[in-house]
Amino acid sequence: MFADRINRALRRLPAWPVYLLALAHVIWLIWLGATGGLGIEPIEALEHALGLTGLKLMIAALAVTPLRRFAGINLLRFRRALGLTTFFYVTVHLLVWLVLDIGDPAAIWADIVKRPYITVGMAGFVLLVPLAITSNDWSVRRLGPGWRRLQRLSYPAALLGASHYVMLSKGFQLQPMAYLAAVLALLALRLPWKRWRREIPTA
Amino acid sequence: MAHRWTNNLTRADVTPYGAYLNRRELMAGLAGLGLGLAGITASPARAETLEPNSWDDITSYNNFYEFGTRKDDPKANAGGMTTTPWSIRLDGMVDRPGTYDLAQILPQMMIEDRIYRLRCVEAWSMVVPWQGFELADLLDLAGVQDGARYVAFETLLRRDEMPGTRYPVLDWPYVEGLRLDEARHPLTIMATGIYGKPLPNQNGAPLRLVVPWKYGFKSIKSVVRITLTDSEPPTSWNKAAPGEYGFYSNVNPNVDHPRWSQKAERRIGGGLFAKKVPTLMFNGYEQDVAGLYDGMDLARHF
Repeated sequence: MFADRINRALRRLPAWPVYLLALAHVIWLIWLGATGGLGIEPIEALEHALGLTGLKLMIAALAVTPLRRFAGINLLRFRRALGLTTFFYVTVHLLVWLVLDIGDPAAIWADIVKRPYITVGMAGFVLLVPLAITSNDWSVRRLGPGWRRLQRLSYPAALLGASHYVMLSKGFQLQPMAYLAAVLALLALRLPWKRWRREIPTA
Repeated sequence: MAHRWTNNLTRADVTPYGAYLNRRELMAGLAGLGLGLAGITASPARAETLEPNSWDDITSYNNFYEFGTRKDDPKANAGGMTTTPWSIRLDGMVDRPGTYDLAQILPQMMIEDRIYRLRCVEAWSMVVPWQGFELADLLDLAGVQDGARYVAFETLLRRDEMPGTRYPVLDWPYVEGLRLDEARHPLTIMATGIYGKPLPNQNGAPLRLVVPWKYGFKSIKSVVRITLTDSEPPTSWNKAAPGEYGFYSNVNPNVDHPRWSQKAERRIGGGLFAKKVPTLMFNGYEQDVAGLYDGMDLARHF
């Protein structure tokens, strides 16, 4: 079967290059920004590139479970790497905004409190923190079934991240809506549809 | 042509286009020889802070949603816009309504250099060396009638040449408006060029409005119609998000955009480590235009 062939091929691939690629990519982006390779407004370009890649990785991480359940493709071994690199991109995205964009601590707090799109983005980041901290074998063993419950924080985090993108866009733009739709679809696949249908009285 | 505005920055304050491209080389070379270059090293302090952005900055970083919403979309997609021939419909409350051919209008206008600050509502800014003529002169060509109080503008809408208009990002065509006294203010110009060259399409060729004390989106591009009315005309961004973009849209560091602060701005061209600079009231033209808004609550009429 097709899925089996993919799974067999994937089994030979290690997960560690994902971390290496992410690190190299972020360093490359910053270097491009500092040397004019990101155009004439490098701060904005860097913020957008980091934020968007973070959102893409988040969506990839959320796709792992539905892909396995509905297509039989098993990417479970890569999920931790996808999640942790999501956190890495989002953290650098936040740092670029804090240090290079705003730069003024008073203005930063005012923005977080007063600007809904920043509040939403910030909330998404805060939800990712416990996920990143517990993304190791020791925490999985230590927390037991609580670990799985805790990792469900990724659902609201993804929703907040995609909303942050929609909210900061001017006018009615297709791309941010498409990302939000992807997140909503991946979350919808997790709803207990079957059980719900069974509970509907058939009489 | 009442109270014509006098530019206190002269052509000598503009870094010549050629010198601009070679500026780094020139500076390095001349420094080595112990020479100075007039206009670069001998500019007065105020002009120094208003050093125009480079041709590349001005023509590569644009908001012109008819060609796409990314900053580099207009440069990439605006090449297909036909700008000759070009005519403008002047109608509404004017004595001589009609479709005016731009080629016939231009010889009657006095084209001047105007080095203006440009402040985008998105909290970035540039300095642009425009060429253009006062809008008041164009309005006089059509003859403004007594009851007129507002001027409405409309941008070209040609779907086959403007890929961005295939998406309902805004309610096309783009429309803007000014109060008549704002439109007749000597700072308000219709621009035809930058750095002495014709306006590139992405900057609103062949003719665009420039209202330097208002956020950039008020300065409507590629204008095809100007209508004099007695009531406040609709404006595109106000229709899209009235809570965020008012009719006046004067640059005002004290009135935040609902989603971000307007207290500071980032100058384009500063690189990755450039700090934001404080935004000036009316974008630095307070002395010239504050009187237009006497008695108005600028937080309400934003």
